[in-house]
Amino acid sequence: MAQLEEVTVDLYKHLVSERALTGETMLLNMGPQHPSTHGVLRLLLELDGEVVVNCIPDVGFLHTGIEKNMEAKTYQKAEVMTDRLDYMNTMGNNLAYVMAVEKLVDLDVPPRAQALRVILVELQRIASHLVWLGTSGLDLAAMSMFLYCFREREQILDIFELVSGQRMMTTYIRPGGVWRDVPVEFEKAVRDFIKIFPKRIDEYERLLTKNPLFIDRMVDIGYLSKETALSYGVTGPTLRASGVDWDLRKTRPYMGYEQYDFDVPVLTEGDTYARYLVRIEELRQTLRIVEQALNKLPMGPVRSDNRKYVPPPRSEIGLSMEALIHHFKLWTEGFLAPNASVYSAVESPRGELGVLLEGDGGPKPRRVHMRTPSFDNLAVLPELVKGHLVADLVAILASIDIVLGDIDR
Amino acid sequence: MEKSLEPILKNLQDKFGATLEEFRGEAQCIVKAEQIVGALKTLRDAHHFELLSAQTAVDYFPQTAPRFHVIYQLTSISKNLSVQLRVPVSAGNPKVPTAANVYKTAVWRERELIDMFGIEFEGHPDPRRILMPEGTEGHPLRKDFPLGYEEPQFTFNFEEIDLRKPYAKE
Repeated sequence: MAQLEEVTVDLYKHLVSERALTGETMLLNMGPQHPSTHGVLRLLLELDGEVVVNCIPDVGFLHTGIEKNMEAKTYQKAEVMTDRLDYMNTMGNNLAYVMAVEKLVDLDVPPRAQALRVILVELQRIASHLVWLGTSGLDLAAMSMFLYCFREREQILDIFELVSGQRMMTTYIRPGGVWRDVPVEFEKAVRDFIKIFPKRIDEYERLLTKNPLFIDRMVDIGYLSKETALSYGVTGPTLRASGVDWDLRKTRPYMGYEQYDFDVPVLTEGDTYARYLVRIEELRQTLRIVEQALNKLPMGPVRSDNRKYVPPPRSEIGLSMEALIHHFKLWTEGFLAPNASVYSAVESPRGELGVLLEGDGGPKPRRVHMRTPSFDNLAVLPELVKGHLVADLVAILASIDIVLGDIDR
Repeated sequence: MEKSLEPILKNLQDKFGATLEEFRGEAQCIVKAEQIVGALKTLRDAHHFELLSAQTAVDYFPQTAPRFHVIYQLTSISKNLSVQLRVPVSAGNPKVPTAANVYKTAVWRERELIDMFGIEFEGHPDPRRILMPEGTEGHPLRKDFPLGYEEPQFTFNFEEIDLRKPYAKE
């Protein structure tokens, strides 16, 4: 992050073309307060007329030191920080972190908890893609998309409130299972959503997919080749729109994804329109997973009964001395994790969300690194926008779907 | 650990003198700083590790040799394999050759490490801070950088906390 009052061309001399130094091209700030940068992102643009010659992203305005904070908390308490990373994907962040903890201490997860996690994470994926669809519609002046998408997203957030008491900062997925079982109204709420949503996707598509104005703005804009994408570590729908079939849910199934039948949409065009089509198809496929997981939802406990890591239920505490001791130990000192490091990754709506977790033998992690997909996806932006108009930059930025909380951490 | 990973690790051990550790089925190879670029190139070109999934560091303060580990998490998409490389870095001379010429991902990831850990990457094309403002003093993810409040010391951990407390010692 550069301090704005100090910005001179000297700082960026090695990044701009020689024409900027003579004043032939213009350097222009876009952001950090700009409605089309999807958060507090600053782009320093070198412009030749209206054509982008160079683009230098400047991030860090939302840096909150989450990784540092997590080092000072016990494993359970550090989890609340993960909600604040990518605020469009709170359930997914919880899952990524919790899976790393479970791998580090070798903890089992009951099948019902696994299925509930899948349902909620996939609903979160839909909610995240809806925000992307709404805001990228808004960037291209399709105002009504934003209103439609937020209507459906609201329904998902209501489901989250039902299960966790919170609409966004859920912390529902816990090491060894989930916080508590879902209430009886849960099934009906999800079924209502499954019933209504396919028609809604058709509605969005009717408004956008064949719309000539929309196609003019999207097709052949911001081409990303397969090689560039891989070299920059781009993952998720952005990578799949460039022709790489890589989805961690298929290639390295976790939480029982192997039992669900779904397709991974892959396109080879690599332009902004392809990224749009991939995400729209993901909405449909994700809904298929939710439906199958709900149909198969097994009965049983929602938390592991390994009392060394998972607190006992409240009802046991009054009856069992041992349960009381476990409860006390887990909520004061926390549990001890081995002096070792694990890396575990999940497929977030934006790509590979990895967690590198290193314990030091005590109750607090030595290092938690969140490998957030938006960070690497944004790094490729300068390659995509060169030679395009500023107006196209807005469409390209929307199509790689970044969240600044995810980048700055 | 995956069977198909074994010849790759064998190659790393023979060619680059890597030492191998395994935990929960994950392979972690410790490689010397001078050899990291060669090892990354071999993995990318000969063994199809197309993706540098993550690059980060860990601080082992108060230990000084090595004080840091720079971690490279590599993924092979065509073979569906993962391997982790670790480069020990000493406190006195925190320098590692840059991986930016092998994987473009490293350009931003190394800027983050420069910013957060103060590790120097030799030959990096754009060694500016990335998250903290220009002119910030210190490197926030180092263990001796205070979190923002004073840690209380008790008799049982007085020494331990005293070591990392940020006040001046003679």
